[in-house]
Amino acid sequence: MDIIKRILQKYGKDRTRLIDILKEIQAGQGIISDKAIESIAKEFKISRAEVEGVISFYHFLSDKPLGKYVVYLNNSITSEMAGREKVARALEKEAGCAFGQTSPDGLITLFETSCIGMNDQEPAAIINGVVFTCLNEEKVKKIVAWMKEGKDVQEMVEEFGDGANQHELVKAMVKNNIRKPGPVLFGDYTVGSAITKALKMSPEAIIEEVKKANLLGRGGAGFPTGLKWEFCRKEKSPEHYVICNADEGEPGTFKDRVLLTERPEMVFEGMAIAGYAVGARLGILYLRHEYSYLRNYLQHILERMRQQGFLGKNIADKSFDFDIEIKSGAGAYVCGEESALIESAEGKRGEPRDRPPFPVQKGFLNQPTTVNNVETLATATQIIIHGAGWFRSMGTPVSAGTKLLSVSGDCERPGIYEVEFGLTIKELLEMVGAKDTLAVQVGGPSGQCISESGFGRKICYSDLATGGSIIIFNRSRDLFSIVRNFLDFFIEESCGWCVPCRAGNVLLKKKFEKIASGLGTRQDLAELEAWGKIIKSMSRCGLGQTSPNPILTTLTNFRELYESRINKEADFIPEFDLTRAVAEACVLTGREFQEETEHA
Amino acid sequence: MSKPVIATASLAGCFGCHMSFLDIDERILELVELVEFDKSPIDDLKKFTRPVDIGLIEGGCCNVENVEVLRYFRKNCRILVSVGECAVMGGLPAMRNTIPLKECLEEAYLNSLTVAPEDRLIPNDEELPLLLDRVYPCHEIVRIDYFLPGCPPSADLIWEALTALIQGRPMKLDYPLIKYD
Amino acid sequence: MPDKIKFTIDGKECLAEPGQTIYEAARANGVYIPVLCHYEGLKPVGSCRICSVRVNGRWMASCTQPVTEGMVIENAVPEVEEFRKAIIEMLLVEGNHFCPTCEKSGNCELQALAYRYQIMVPQFPYLFPKREIEAFPGFLLEHNRCIQCQRCVRAIQTRDGQKIFTMKNRSKDVRVNVDRKLAAKMSEDQIQKAMDICPVGAILKKEVGFRLPIGKRKYDHRPIGSEIEEKK
Repeated sequence: MDIIKRILQKYGKDRTRLIDILKEIQAGQGIISDKAIESIAKEFKISRAEVEGVISFYHFLSDKPLGKYVVYLNNSITSEMAGREKVARALEKEAGCAFGQTSPDGLITLFETSCIGMNDQEPAAIINGVVFTCLNEEKVKKIVAWMKEGKDVQEMVEEFGDGANQHELVKAMVKNNIRKPGPVLFGDYTVGSAITKALKMSPEAIIEEVKKANLLGRGGAGFPTGLKWEFCRKEKSPEHYVICNADEGEPGTFKDRVLLTERPEMVFEGMAIAGYAVGARLGILYLRHEYSYLRNYLQHILERMRQQGFLGKNIADKSFDFDIEIKSGAGAYVCGEESALIESAEGKRGEPRDRPPFPVQKGFLNQPTTVNNVETLATATQIIIHGAGWFRSMGTPVSAGTKLLSVSGDCERPGIYEVEFGLTIKELLEMVGAKDTLAVQVGGPSGQCISESGFGRKICYSDLATGGSIIIFNRSRDLFSIVRNFLDFFIEESCGWCVPCRAGNVLLKKKFEKIASGLGTRQDLAELEAWGKIIKSMSRCGLGQTSPNPILTTLTNFRELYESRINKEADFIPEFDLTRAVAEACVLTGREFQEETEHA
Repeated sequence: MSKPVIATASLAGCFGCHMSFLDIDERILELVELVEFDKSPIDDLKKFTRPVDIGLIEGGCCNVENVEVLRYFRKNCRILVSVGECAVMGGLPAMRNTIPLKECLEEAYLNSLTVAPEDRLIPNDEELPLLLDRVYPCHEIVRIDYFLPGCPPSADLIWEALTALIQGRPMKLDYPLIKYD
Repeated sequence: MPDKIKFTIDGKECLAEPGQTIYEAARANGVYIPVLCHYEGLKPVGSCRICSVRVNGRWMASCTQPVTEGMVIENAVPEVEEFRKAIIEMLLVEGNHFCPTCEKSGNCELQALAYRYQIMVPQFPYLFPKREIEAFPGFLLEHNRCIQCQRCVRAIQTRDGQKIFTMKNRSKDVRVNVDRKLAAKMSEDQIQKAMDICPVGAILKKEVGFRLPIGKRKYDHRPIGSEIEEKK
C-alpha cells in the first residue's frame, strides 16, 4: 500500500500519467491489485470501472496475478518464419503451462504478443521488460532453467548488440543491423547544430523551409509535415504540444527503434524545432511499451541535452523554453494512430477520436498538437541543418529525400536500409539479397502484398507508400498462412469501438478459413471480397480501413491462389460436418455414429 | 397443368409455425385449390411420393434426425424455405449454443432442482437420435432458397410468401409482415 | 446570424445551420439517416457506423461529421444502404439476439432497423458467442444483447461526474463494465433512464417487464424513422 501511495505521489495529481502509474505498480507488485485500483480511483476522483477500463485495454497491464517471470513471445509472421512454433512449444514444455496461463508453481506466465519490433532477429520475446532475440529451443531451456534458479532477467542477457545497445543504461542483446546508412538519417550531424540554427530563424521561416523540402510524414500516411506545423501554429490556444510518435507497431517495422538507439538527439532536436515552429513548450515522446528497455537511456540523453543547453530553459541562449517528457504505451497497436495515441498519452483507453476536430486543432488536453513520427522529426532536424535544396536533391519530385526501410523475412541481409525514394522493389530485393521471391509485403499487414508483376514498382508516396515495413516471402511460403497471421493481428488489435472493424474482421476471417479449407464456392469468394470492402469503407479509423488489405491485396495480386482453392462447380458447400457435430454426443453416450451415404 | 406440390416438416421447433400456417383461416380453402400436399404432418404422409415444388421447414437442427430429414427435403424439393426463427437462426433451442452439450445434459437431467433423485439419468436409448454439439440454422446444412423470420411468422407472411412462390412473383413484404417475435 | 449552409442529399437541395452534423441537418430537412449508437443530447461517438454516408466518394459517419458548404451527400443509394444493412447483420450475428424471449422486442432499435431493412436472414454466420448476464441491485446487464454503442457510458454518471458504466477489454471482447459500488447507489429513475436509453434489451430494470402488449409497441406498425420522413 505504501508503494502505491509513493508512486501516486511521484506523479502528482496528473491523470495523464495513469498508464505510467499502472505500469510502475505492476512492475513492483506483479499485479494491479484491487486495492491499487481503489487508491487510483480515489486519487483521481474517477470510478473504479474507469480504471479497470484502462487496465483491460492494454496487453501489458493486468489486474490478475501473473508469474514472477512474464514471457511475451512475439507472434508476427517473421517470427513464425524463423521457427516461433518450436520456441513456443519449448516454452510450454519447460515452463509447464500453456500460453495464456501461469505455471502451477506461480513462477512463469506465458503470453503471445503482437510485433515487438525485432523482425530481423526473430523469434523474439520480452521477459519482464528485457528483450530476448533469436530464440531457439536450447536458449529457451537455458532461460527457463535460470528462472527456476531465480536469476535476475537482465543478468540472463549474455551478449549485447552493437552500438548504443551496449550502453550501460541499455545493455540489450538487440542488434541494429544497419545495412545501408544513408545521407539523411545516418549522415553528418552534430548535436545541437539544428536547434541553434533554427532559433536564429523565425518559426514561419522554419515551417517554410520544411514545406519547401516537401517533407511528408514518415509514419506511412505521408501528410506534409510543414503544413501540419502550420495548421497547429495557427490555432489560437494557451498551449501547444509536440508529440513524437514512437509507437511503431506495424508488424515488420523496427526502424524507429534503431533511430532512437543511434540517433536520439536528432529526434529530440526535431521535437524542439517542431516546438519552436508551432509554439509549444512541451514535447512528449510516446514510447511504445516494447521499447521500454530504451527508456532510461533516452532519459539520460534528454538530461545531457538539457545540460548542453539544447533543451530546457533558454535553449541555445535564446528565449525559447522547451522540454521533453517520455510517456509509455502499454501494448496496443491502435495507439500508433495519432488520436488514439493522444488518448493514451492522456492516461485513457487508446481509442481513436472522431475527426474533426483534428489533433492540430484539439489534440493533447484539447490543445493544438502536432503528432509526428520519429523518423519525420529526425529528418526535419537534418533539413534545418542542410537545407531544403539539399534534401530535394534526393528522391523523386513528389517524394523527396530518403526513407528508412526495415527489411525482414526471406533475404540474406535483413535490417535497416536508408534508401532514396524511387527505388524499385526489384532493386531493393537485390540490395538485401532476396532470392526466389514470391511476394513482398510493403507497409506491413495494413499495406500491400506485391507479386512479381509488381516488382518494377517504386517505393514512394505516389506508388508504394510505406511506413518502412518490408517483409519478403520466398516461394517456399504459403500465402494463406501469411494472410491468416495478418488477419489474426487485426482481430487482436482492433480497439473494438466500431462494428465493422470489431465484428467484421472476425466474420471476414471465418469466410477466409472456409475458402482456405477447400470448402469455398464462387459465391464465398465474391462475399470475401465484398465483406472486405464493407469493412474498409465503414470503419472508423485507419486500423479498420486497412484491416482487410491482407485479403484485398492478395485477391488482386494472387487471385489464382484463391481460384485454385475454391470449387467452381458447386453452388453451395456447407461447413457443417455431421460426424464432427455428433462427436461430443458419441463420447457422452458411448454410442457410435456412421453417417448414411444414401437416403431411403 | 398439375398443381404445385408442397411438403412441410418440423425439425427442432415447437410446431408453432405449422399452427401459424393454419392461422390462414378460410384461405385454407383457397390453398387447397391452389396446391397439393405431399410429405407433411398436415396430411400425415411420411415419405415423399413425388417431386415437390416447395418445401417448408420449421425448426433448426439439434440432432442427427433433423439433419437427415432436412437433407431428405433438400433432395426432393425444388424450392426450400426456412420458416420461423428456429429454422432461420436456431431460435430458442439455440440458446444452448453457448453452453457445452455435457453441461446442458447434466443440468437438465442430473442437477436441475426439478429432477427427482430417482430420475437422475441422462437419456441414452438407441432410439433417441444423437444430439449435435449445437443447434444449427438450416442454411448452415443445406442450401435454403427463402427465409421467413418470426416466432412464429404470421399467417399473413406465410400466405404472402406461398402465393408469391406459387405464382412466380416477388413477395410483397409490407412492414408489419417482417417480425422476429 | 451566420449564413446557412447549402448542401444536397441524394440530389435534394437542403439548408443547414452552421455547426450541425450531417445527421442533424438531414433530419431537419425531413431526410432520415438511420442511427443506432447516436442518441439525442449525447455526444456522438460514431461507433455503430450505420449512419455512414458517402461524400465525394468518401465514407463518413453522419452523426459526427459537420456539414460543410456544397457537400454532395449520398444517403439512400443502393451501395450505401447495402453496406448499412451489412452492419445491422454484423450486430445480429455478433451477439445472441433471441428476439422472441427479449423484453425489448418491439421497442428495440436494432430490431427495428433490421425490420426497416427487411432482413430475412443475415448474410453472415451466427457466432453464438459465450456472454454473461450480470446482476446488480436494481438491474440486469444482459451482455448477450449488448451492441457496445456506449449510450449508457455517456448518459449515466454520478452527480460528481464519475462514470458508472465504462468500456472494458478491447477488440471482439469489448464489454460494458459496471462499477458495482456506484451501481448500487443508482436511483430508480437513473435505472429507468439507463434502460430506456439502451437501444437493445441489454439493460433491464428488475421487477418489471413486458409492460407493453404486442401491437402497442413502438415499432409494431411503423418503421423506425417514419416520424422524420413524415415531416418532409
